[in-house]
Amino acid sequence: MLIGAFGAAVGTLHTHSPWLGSAYGMGSGVALAAVYALFVIRLRADQIVAGMAINMLAMGLTPFLCKILYDQTTSTPAIPLQQQFQSAPLYLCWVLVAACALWVRYTPSGLRLSFAGEHPEALDAAGIRVNRVRWIAVLISGALAGMGGATLSVYLSSSFSRDMTSGRGFMALAALIFGKWRPLPTAAACVLFGFTEAVEIRLQGHSVWGGHEIPVQFIEILPYVVTILVLAGFVGRSRPPKALGTAFAPGGFGA
Amino acid sequence: MRKLSISAAILMTLTMLSAPALADFKVGLVLDRGGRDDKSFNASAYEGASQAKQKLGIHLKYVEATDENSYEPLLRAFAQKDFDLIIGVGFAQKDAVAKVAAQFPDKHFAIVDSEVDLPNVRSLMFEEQQGSYIVGAIAAMVSKTGKIGFVGGMDVPLIRRFQLGYEAGAKKINPQITIFSNFCGVTPEAWNNPPKAKELALAQYEEGADVIFAAAGASGAGVFDAAEEQKKLAIGVDSNQDWTKPGTILTSMLKRVDLAVYATIQEAQVGKFTGGLKRFGLADKGVDYSVDQYNDKILPESVRARADQLKADIIAGKIDVPDYYKQH
Repeated sequence: MLIGAFGAAVGTLHTHSPWLGSAYGMGSGVALAAVYALFVIRLRADQIVAGMAINMLAMGLTPFLCKILYDQTTSTPAIPLQQQFQSAPLYLCWVLVAACALWVRYTPSGLRLSFAGEHPEALDAAGIRVNRVRWIAVLISGALAGMGGATLSVYLSSSFSRDMTSGRGFMALAALIFGKWRPLPTAAACVLFGFTEAVEIRLQGHSVWGGHEIPVQFIEILPYVVTILVLAGFVGRSRPPKALGTAFAPGGFGA
Repeated sequence: MRKLSISAAILMTLTMLSAPALADFKVGLVLDRGGRDDKSFNASAYEGASQAKQKLGIHLKYVEATDENSYEPLLRAFAQKDFDLIIGVGFAQKDAVAKVAAQFPDKHFAIVDSEVDLPNVRSLMFEEQQGSYIVGAIAAMVSKTGKIGFVGGMDVPLIRRFQLGYEAGAKKINPQITIFSNFCGVTPEAWNNPPKAKELALAQYEEGADVIFAAAGASGAGVFDAAEEQKKLAIGVDSNQDWTKPGTILTSMLKRVDLAVYATIQEAQVGKFTGGLKRFGLADKGVDYSVDQYNDKILPESVRARADQLKADIIAGKIDVPDYYKQH
């Protein structure tokens, strides 16, 4: 997401169009995802360790590239208002959620995707190359994360600033667990997180206005408290796909 | 063996080429979160140092601290490399500067926005509440809705000082004025979170505010984005930010960190460094509000005249600006 935000900001500055800029962002996301896939699928490294390494790589690479391109590390130059997205990401994200939900549930390729994470041996027995499916999945997720990052820098803001994702990626991961690894519940979880963050912002505005002042810190913990309450109370057991986190080696026929 | 001696020769040449001349006065600048190019606080400090580099010919090296734990190693590295003057920019570096300055009593240090009581440390503090009072009055004068806003960065006493002064100045002009106040966060991440600042500003504009004072470092860019989108006004801080969005930035509350840094370097270079606390306020133009070609058309003469009158009154002691530091 971070490198997508950077790529999109650079792209929009370069091409003066938010859509083309997002393409740059998605491309950056795919490139970084390819590095991750190489280590995790091909070389079978530990996924969590590799994930953290990719995170740190992005956090260091983005200000570095920013310095090379624009001679400053804090942020890219501002994108004029007309060249930002006006409201497209708001609708696009729901289109993508719907497309994803339908694809995973009702198409053969979507089913193969589920199997690649749930029961890769069965897929292998059916003659489908599991690692190929996983590669494609990682690359697509890189593109989508890049698009998410583009939304940050070209829609919600007017430039890329250092570390601007501020843990949103981890919240997305939490939403995934919350949503039991299914598209629509995960989207609902994301909406919940967004809602609590919005409430936090509006509530802050009234805390000094009313009779008593609610400390900023209390309001800031609201999203996390809501998360814990809902997780503990309503979600029930969240079971990850069985083969999540384990690399797959096609049995008996070499790597 | 030949390879070793060749590479040793190359290494020595490179080291000699990169080492500054012995006579150079070496200044180390440790910048805070938000970075050199936050167009606000750190930018002002860097500007002063680079002016010194240009005009006084000093050797300047700056580093950007990435988190709170890196202040001490960075300051210490400068001291160990024999830098003559080491400047910590920002209140967050108070403990680090105190520790390192105590370990290197023969080196000179300076800190901005905080007080370190050691003989080899010069503390540079500004009367932000005075400058904020003036821009609060300006905001109240210009506001058509009787509602103005304040978006602070990290919720710390320093920014509360800005807020208190701002509110007092606004209420002087319009005792019935409504002021919305928000903070971007409670950690140093708040200094570099433009999307959050933009959301806070949008919320304030939607409640009816038409002028918002951004005292949030690099996050201020988010407030300016919101102002531009809603076609309302914003007030910048620390550096002159009027140029970033001409016609939208009403004025900027100037905090002349650049002048303070420049003066410190200048005095240290000629051997006149003194420790202790130096305060900068309206009287010596350490804080001020900006007027230039970028806000010339949107800041009316009558407003400027009243603001200047208030300035004179504060300097003369006729107005007592509430100071958060004194109250807490």
